[in-house]
Amino acid sequence: MNLAEGVQIVSFGILAALMIAAALGVVLFEKIVYSAFLLGGVFISISGLYILLNADFVAAAQILIYVGAVNVLILFAIMLVNKEEVFKPISGRWIRKAATALVCVGLFALLSTMVLATPWNLAAPITAPESTLILIGKHFFSDYLLPFELASVLLLMAMIGAIIIARRDFIPDIEAASSDQPLQTVWRLPERPRELTPTQGSSNQRK
Amino acid sequence: MQLQLEYFLLLAAALFCIGIYGLITSRNAVRVLMSIELLLNAVNLNLMGFSNFLDPDTIRGQVFTVFVITVAAAEAAVGLAIILAIYRNRETIDMEQFNLLKW
Repeated sequence: MNLAEGVQIVSFGILAALMIAAALGVVLFEKIVYSAFLLGGVFISISGLYILLNADFVAAAQILIYVGAVNVLILFAIMLVNKEEVFKPISGRWIRKAATALVCVGLFALLSTMVLATPWNLAAPITAPESTLILIGKHFFSDYLLPFELASVLLLMAMIGAIIIARRDFIPDIEAASSDQPLQTVWRLPERPRELTPTQGSSNQRK
Repeated sequence: MQLQLEYFLLLAAALFCIGIYGLITSRNAVRVLMSIELLLNAVNLNLMGFSNFLDPDTIRGQVFTVFVITVAAAEAAVGLAIILAIYRNRETIDMEQFNLLKW
C-alpha cells in the first residue's frame, strides 16, 4: 500500500470507528432489519481494513461474498420469518446481560494485555508483494490443493443440505371422493398462513 | 508513526467481544447468526493482520481467510435453513423457546 502514513492512520481510525459502531448497532438495535443493514456496514469497513493490509483480492472477495451473498441471505431470512414478535419478558434477564457484558469486557482486557505484552518479532519493513492474486493462486493449486477441493465439496454439501432442510414438507391431502371419482391423494405444498405485520400510523399499505 | 500489528489485533479483539455479547444475549435467532458472522470476521481480521505483518512474502494468512469466508458462507446458508425449519415448526424465533433438547 503506497499511501502516505498519515492517510493510512486516518483511514484506519475512521474505518475502525465505523466498524465498532456498526457492530454495536448489530448487537444492540431492537429492530432486526436495522441490524442486518448495519451488518453490511461492518463487512464493508472490514474490507477497507483489508485494503490497508495490502490484500486487494480478499477485500474484493469479502465484499462479494459477505455483502453480496451472506447479507442478502440474512435479509431474505428476516423477510421470511417476518413476524412482529414481542418476546415474553424473562425474570432476571438483566442479570444475564450484565454478567455477559462483564465477561466480554474481561475477555477484551485479557486479550488486549496479551496483545500488548507479547513481543511480536515483526518482519523487516513490509513490502507489498507484486500481486496477491498470483500468490494466492499459486498457494491454492500447490500446497493448499486438497483444502481447496474440499471447500468445493463443502459448498455443494451446504447447498444440498440447506435446500433439504428449508424446503416445505409435502402434506398429503385426501380429497373427499365424489360419487363417481375414485379416492385420490392430492399432493400440495401448503404455505402456512401468516398474519401480515400491521403498519404503524394510519396508512393502510402493507409493509 | 505507522500502522502497527497491535492496532489490528485490538480491533479484532473488540469485534470478537461484541460478537460474543450478541451471541449470548440476543433472543432473535437471526441475530444470533449475525453475531456468529461478527466472530468469524474478527478471526479473519486477525489472520489478515498476521499475514501482512509477520508473513508478507508468502501470504498464507490470506489463503486461510479465503477458506474461512467459504466456510462462513456455507454456515450462513445452513443456519438460516435451520432457522426457517424451526420457525415453521414452533412459530417463533425466540431462542428462549427452543428448548426441545432441555432435560
